[in-house]
This record gives sequence, structure tokens and C-alpha cells, in this order.
Amino acid sequence: MAWETVIGLEIHAQLATKSKIFSGASTAFGAEPNTQACAVDLGLPGVLPVLNREAVNMALRFGVAIGAEIAPYNVFARKNYFYPDLPKGYQISQMELPIVGSGHLEIELEDGSSKTVGVTRAHLEEDAGKSLHEDYQGMTGIDLNRAGTPLLEIVSEPDMRSAKEAIAYMKKIHALVRYLGICDGNMQEGSFRCDANVSVRPVGQAEYGTRAELKNINSFRFVERAINLEVERQIDVIESGGSVVQETRLYDSDKHETRSMRSKEEANDYRYFPDPDLLPVAISEADIEAARATLPELPDEKKKRFVSEFGLSDYDAGVLTAELEVATYFEVVAQECGDAKLASNWVSSDLSGALHKSGIEFSDCPVDAVRLGGVLKRVVDNTISGKIAKQVFDEMWNNDADADTIIEQKGLKQITDTGALEAMVDDVLAANADQVEQYRAGKTKVLGFFVGQVMKASKGKANPGQINQLFKQKLDS
Amino acid sequence: MSLDSSDVKKIAHLARLGISDDAVPEYATELSRILELVEQMNAVDTSAVSPMAHPQDVVQRLRPDEVTETDNRDGFQGVAPATEDGLYLVPRVIE
Repeated sequence: MAWETVIGLEIHAQLATKSKIFSGASTAFGAEPNTQACAVDLGLPGVLPVLNREAVNMALRFGVAIGAEIAPYNVFARKNYFYPDLPKGYQISQMELPIVGSGHLEIELEDGSSKTVGVTRAHLEEDAGKSLHEDYQGMTGIDLNRAGTPLLEIVSEPDMRSAKEAIAYMKKIHALVRYLGICDGNMQEGSFRCDANVSVRPVGQAEYGTRAELKNINSFRFVERAINLEVERQIDVIESGGSVVQETRLYDSDKHETRSMRSKEEANDYRYFPDPDLLPVAISEADIEAARATLPELPDEKKKRFVSEFGLSDYDAGVLTAELEVATYFEVVAQECGDAKLASNWVSSDLSGALHKSGIEFSDCPVDAVRLGGVLKRVVDNTISGKIAKQVFDEMWNNDADADTIIEQKGLKQITDTGALEAMVDDVLAANADQVEQYRAGKTKVLGFFVGQVMKASKGKANPGQINQLFKQKLDS
Repeated sequence: MSLDSSDVKKIAHLARLGISDDAVPEYATELSRILELVEQMNAVDTSAVSPMAHPQDVVQRLRPDEVTETDNRDGFQGVAPATEDGLYLVPRVIE
């Protein structure tokens, strides 16, 4: 039987506020345990939550960016369950009236086509603390620094039909929240987390199959692997006469398996109810317009502009705009050197190759955009060749000098003095009488050999085009 | 609508309330009476009234995004039953 995969994703994005969603404690990552957990975060008796305006604004920006419905009121509710990293015994979340309603976005697939994926809703909630299961006197250690960090939970429609589509959607949301500046997107630090609801059904069947929820799959690579593994498992279960149970499963990347955490039947009944400590949040048309006014150029718009303004291919524009930092870097390089295609090639191959090779993140790139632009400017105006440009770039990687200083100090300038070049050309011709004869006999390919000889003699500082020209003049006359 | 003993036990478990078996019938009766009151309220025609999320007809005030809390870990951990390396310790949680 042929099976169709159905996937919906729940993405938790930590909002990049300075303070927590309901308290004035810091949200900075990596502090000593419990030094950023105040009385509100600890759930001590008598405390009251006060909502962070910036968390609301950030959620609104996301809503506006995906063309979502935004209701005039949204309401916080208590989601009740017991776990030691949630000291109040409930998580403040949103249930019936979330801040962001239904919206959508476009994803690009590998074959170049695109697809619209629905976003059901996005709601604000507080993050929980962390449980450390190493042995502390036979007990579990709790760090509540993360408790109360604002989260935007973004719930998609079950619109994705393969792991590849799920990844494309996840990457799109990742790019979007980073462009919007509402989340740093750091998956290693847990700022951007993903759960996947996965089910299978026979091709052509309208009803969805029973789904399993895959928890906390925290890299793009794991999401794809975990989903494919789960799809195989479900098909095996059904084809061997069994049925899929609705449950939460955990992906184990070391063992490469998914295993049951808890089935929904015995799962907690969360008993949601409106939180009496918080009043309904009013969102006016003016608030929505203010959020819209702060939107930057979003990935899709930027990509289109790169194609029309710089004449880049769809593919190149897509690569450059996937990350805001890269896109901004490229624009500076293009502007500095005046040749967008050259800038695009350098940023997406030479530069990213060098970063990859040395294991450096883009944000820590040792060569800034102005300096790289300075090198390429000298390629454009024929001061140096493309080959010498790579040498200058390697030099820059290890120091702070600009292109012109390096070219000057290392004497890398192309030889433009025609007299000097002509002398070199004559030397090569005189030293290689056999090849000259071959050329005259019609074997014009030896021209490459001649040019190579001059490049060698000039240590790469001659202009290959100019040399080529000179040889032709001399040999054909 | 009325609650039977198994409903009471389930709710008690979800709320982590320890109640003795002897007390279950009494709780079932009392909680059922609260539900009867809700049923009476349900009988009122409220089709012209929009639902309220809070008894007070006011909206949430928002605070500026500023860090106003300083570290008071020692103070808080002074009253905690068990701590180590800055962590609060709780009975072992097994996933």
C-alpha cells in the first residue's frame, strides 16, 4: 500500500526580551544556577505576574509578518501539571484566545516549487526551569533561571507531507524570527525548539491517521531523521496488523530510535482555566499598525529584491537571504566592490568555505564586509587578479589590514606597464621556439602555455587577459 | 450532573491531593452540589452577554522590558529544604 505522511510542527521560540515575561528577572543565558530566579519565577506565595510589554510587541510583529488574524483581546490561562521545574504547579499559557490567530507562510521546496503552509495560531507562555538528573545526594537538581522566559509557541496546520517540507517550514520560521529580531534562534542553547506531530494514512484517504508527537528534536538534521524514522515505524506497525497509539515519543539521536514517553490516555488532564491573576490583554488597531511599521524587509521580499536589483539567480538570492547576517554582509560587499555577482560568489563560496573549514560561526567572521569588499574592488578595477584576491583574503584572515595595505606591502599589484609585459612576452617567445612553431602550424592551444609562463614569471601579477592579447598580436602579425 | 467516587479520585490525583477512601463519598456529594449550582446558572439565557475572562471589566497593564530584580539566591535558598551547587534539590525525578 502507498502511504502519505502528514506532519504538523509546534515551534517554541524564546523571545529576545531582556527580562522575563511576568517578572523583572534577567533572561540572559548561562548565568550561575538560580541567580536569575526571583520570587515570581519561584512561585512563592503572594507574588503576582505583570506582563512584559515587549513580549506582547514581539508576538504582534510575528503575527503581522505572517498575515495572521489578531483578536482585540487575548487571555492567559493556567495549564496545570506537576513537575519540579514548574514550581507554581501550573504554566501560564494561552488556550482559547491566543494573541496570534490563523496565518500562513510560503516555503520553497528542493525542486524549486513553493507551497503555502498554514499557521493555526501562536501564543505567549512562560518557559519552565531545567531539571538536572545527575546524582545530587540521590536527588534531582533544579535550576529555575529559565523559568518565566517568554516563549512564542507557533503551531502549524498539518500541512506538511514529508520530512523535507517540515525542514523547509522550520527553516522559514527560523529565518523569520531572526529577521524580526524577536528570537536569537540558537538551537544549542534551546532558544528555538521543535516538536513534530506525525501520522500516516493510505494515499487518497481523507481522514488523518492517529498521530504521535515527537518531542524536542533540536537540530534541523534531527528533525528530518526523527520524522523519517517515525514514519517507518508507524507504517510497520500498521502493515503488521497493529494500530498506532496516540502518544508522546522521544527521539534518541545516539541510538537513532524513537521511544514512548507517555501515552495521551494516561497523560495529564491540564484543566486549563483563565488565570485570575492576569486581566485580558487588549490589542488595538493602533498597536497592530505600530507593529507593522517596525517590520524590517522580510526574507521573501529581500530575495525578490536581490534578484531584481542585483541580477542574481533565484538560487543565489535564496542562499544569501536565508540568514539576515549573511544578507546584510553581502549587501555591504556588493556596494563596496560594485559587482554583485562577484560579491555573491565570494560570500557564498570562498567566505563560507573558509568559515566552514575553520569551524567559525558567521557572526565571528574575522574578515568584515568592508574589508572583503575592498579586496573585490581591486579585482573589479584590475589592480589584482582573482587569484591574487584569494591570497589577499587569506592574509586578511589573520590580521586587521585592509586590502590596499596588503597589496602594497606584499607588492601584489598587477603589472600594467605594457613595456614590462611586452619584455616578458618576448622572453617567453624567444625561449620556446618549438611551441611558437606549433602555434604557427595551427596548434593555437599552446597560447595557454605561453600565458602560463608569463603568469609564472610575474608571480601571478600580470593580467592574463592583457597577456593573451599581447601574444596574439605578436604571433598573428 | 454528579460525580462518582472514581471522578473524585481522578481529580484528587491530578491535583496531587491525598484524600482517604472514607472521605471520597462525602467529597463526591459536596462537589456534585457545586455542579448543581453551575447547572442552575447554565439555565439562564446569556445569549446576549459576551463571555468575560475576568470578573473585572478592565484590561491588563503592561510593564516595560527592564531587568529590575537582583540576585537573592542565598535568601531564597535559606528557606529551601535542600540545595547544592546553587540548585534546589527535589526527590529524584525519573523520566
